[in-house]
Amino acid sequence: MLDALAAMLVHADFWSAVLRIATPLILGTLGVLLCERAGVLNLGIEGIMVAGAFTGWLAVHAGAGLWTGVLVAAATGALFGALHGVLTVPLALSQHVSGLGITMFASSVAYYAYRVSFPNVTTPPTIRPFVEMRWLELPVLSAQTPLTLLALALVPLVAWVLARTPAGLAVRMVGENPAAAEGQGLSVSAVRIGAIVAGSALMGVAGAFLTLSAFNAFFFNMVNGRGWICVALVVFAGWRPGKALAGALLFAFFDAMQLRLQQADAGGLPYQAWLMLPYLLSIVALVAVARRASYPQALMRPYRKGER
Amino acid sequence: MTDRLLALTGITKRFGSLVANDAISLELSRGEVLALLGENGAGKSTLVSILFGHYVADAGTIEILGRALPPGDPAAALAAGIGMVHQHSTLADNLSVLDNVMLGTEPLWWPRSRRREARGRLLGTARRFGLAVDPDARVASLSVGERQRVEILKALYRDARVLILDEPTAVLTPQESEALFATLRGMVAEGLSVIFISHKLGEVLRVSDRIAVLRAGRLVATLPARGTSTSALAEAMVGRAIAPPVARPHARGDVVCVIDRVSTRGVRASARLDAVSLALHAGEITAIAGVAGNGQAALVELLCGLRAADAGTVTLAGRPMAADPRAWIAAGAARIPEDRRETGTIGDLPVWENAIAERYRRPFASGGIVRRSAARSFAAKLVDRYDVRGGGIDTPVRALSGGNMQKLIIGRALSGGAARPDQYAPTLVVASQPTWGLDAGAVAWVHQRMLDACARGAAVLLVSEDLDEIFALADRIAVLHAGRLTPARPAKAWTLAGLGLAMAGAGTRDAA
Repeated sequence: MLDALAAMLVHADFWSAVLRIATPLILGTLGVLLCERAGVLNLGIEGIMVAGAFTGWLAVHAGAGLWTGVLVAAATGALFGALHGVLTVPLALSQHVSGLGITMFASSVAYYAYRVSFPNVTTPPTIRPFVEMRWLELPVLSAQTPLTLLALALVPLVAWVLARTPAGLAVRMVGENPAAAEGQGLSVSAVRIGAIVAGSALMGVAGAFLTLSAFNAFFFNMVNGRGWICVALVVFAGWRPGKALAGALLFAFFDAMQLRLQQADAGGLPYQAWLMLPYLLSIVALVAVARRASYPQALMRPYRKGER
Repeated sequence: MTDRLLALTGITKRFGSLVANDAISLELSRGEVLALLGENGAGKSTLVSILFGHYVADAGTIEILGRALPPGDPAAALAAGIGMVHQHSTLADNLSVLDNVMLGTEPLWWPRSRRREARGRLLGTARRFGLAVDPDARVASLSVGERQRVEILKALYRDARVLILDEPTAVLTPQESEALFATLRGMVAEGLSVIFISHKLGEVLRVSDRIAVLRAGRLVATLPARGTSTSALAEAMVGRAIAPPVARPHARGDVVCVIDRVSTRGVRASARLDAVSLALHAGEITAIAGVAGNGQAALVELLCGLRAADAGTVTLAGRPMAADPRAWIAAGAARIPEDRRETGTIGDLPVWENAIAERYRRPFASGGIVRRSAARSFAAKLVDRYDVRGGGIDTPVRALSGGNMQKLIIGRALSGGAARPDQYAPTLVVASQPTWGLDAGAVAWVHQRMLDACARGAAVLLVSEDLDEIFALADRIAVLHAGRLTPARPAKAWTLAGLGLAMAGAGTRDAA
């Protein structure tokens, strides 16, 4: 069995799978990270991914180009993000309740719209998804689609925006001490809503990767908890984009391993045990890392101007 | 006046039925230090918050250099040259000094921050006003005095013409306050104007040119600092004469409580004690001076049974004590905690339930059932005897004012649940910042209760940041710095300067 494992690890196909599995997690984790650095938890991610997966796919199915589909998914995410932002920032509702509400609302709307659009199909209609970048002629990357490249490029970009731009400083400040940000003349509401909208757009793209790249159709339960994994990965990453990438790759590594071990019928264990593995290892990793994490100080604290 | 910089006209602000500011009009000239003097709740902070745009006034206008300032817009106030140093720190702990200063000074759409230029400008400003800082230090690693320097720099970096300081000396040692006053004088020499908020009479007379006195939301007097006495200011501030507390003769009795080389570990500095030894005598008030966050929380929690010693022992009336709050209360310890809302009372419960909260087993319950009538009659007696106003025994405690809440807590602690409170005396009173945020009348009341408890034979431990309070009450004083305690010396043996040095850390090391 160890031989089989070693053979698997040296095979390029395995690492291609890792990167493929990691892509939506990278996009979603960056999205959650942006929201949380601004001080707002966004549990709407699971539903926003479903909605993005659906609208991106629908646009392409209706004849739009693939990149237009990605933009439509981002716009869908931004729209639900704006709703979450209005509910949690100026109205200061519970961020947990609003986020879970967005998840249920967004996924239900997507499933409903799918049923209404395609009432009589038994097999999901397909599109022509993004193709692998064979022209790259690099070992693992050429087996990926451009969306994976986009996700990888966004990691340093988000890190740079947060660390090096005035807007990034504003986002970090409203997540640390909103009263200080207001004292420096910023609008806490505007910065927070902006960060939620941008982060939610990334979540929409994360969903679209599933229908436009990983598969070629939309079906029920295809997001399957990936959004929740992203929420945990942000804690694992200590709210840092670089570590978020590492966390997404680590989870994807375990997931890819699990998929192969299922097929290998190793150890006589029921395959459900292997299914469980990445989640179990995530919890272990969280316990090891997250205890030292320094939270954004104002995370989940609504800010009301002029209140005493 | 020709050099009029700022004019507030008819500012009125209500919070519900409370009138926080009632038609206040004020002017400020260039190069002037104006003090806003008043008790807690007089409306000083509300007024400057309106000036800075945190609140919108219900009525009134603000003019700066002849132009109206739009209400409720901090960005406009900043642009007009108003800088504010808040009472509570408005710095982000996890960010660097430079980040905190730069925030909001660049348009958000700029693709990158011009950090090098900003750092040069910050260092230049710091040099010009003699305020040394490290731009790359994380704010969390700075001392309270250093943080205040950053707050002032934040305003100066934006070319403030008017600097508002809200209770700036509340968290400083006497020496740090002196340094702050020197900085202010330098700023005024450069043509800046300062609005200085305080309730301490002495420092107001020292730093300001003019003094505006607020009382219950109204401007009651505007006086030149020159030729005004503290007694005239006090009368204007309080509006009536307050009888000073009377110390009855009390003799030092036996040792009641002994802390022997106690160390505690903790994540925060306020939770750490380092080989602290102290003996508390009956009939004596021992005061612990020091800047907040130097181990006071740990010391107080130790003496309420809320924190266990990691090394060393604590004995009360000759018996070693464990970290068990109920055992401490049963042994006669009276607890007056620092934060009356967080740890002193339960806001949503009525007065009568709070009155028995420390003794809800005996004598106010039997067989697991609360004896309501006994509890309620005890609470009624307590409210009567300790003059708790603002509602009956069924009023939720959060509806009481801070002063009345404190009266309830002190009454509960000092009466010990006894049927005849006048015959009961606690063995040990642990009072942490007992007059924080109270008006002058309530302060005098609290001081009198502490002196009375002492005269009845209690050992009193007073933890306070207010040196006036310490000198007014204490028989002996010890200073806590970085978890180390100086020996307790008679109050007369201390000078203000010596106390200040010890609070800054001089001498504690050899003392241990």
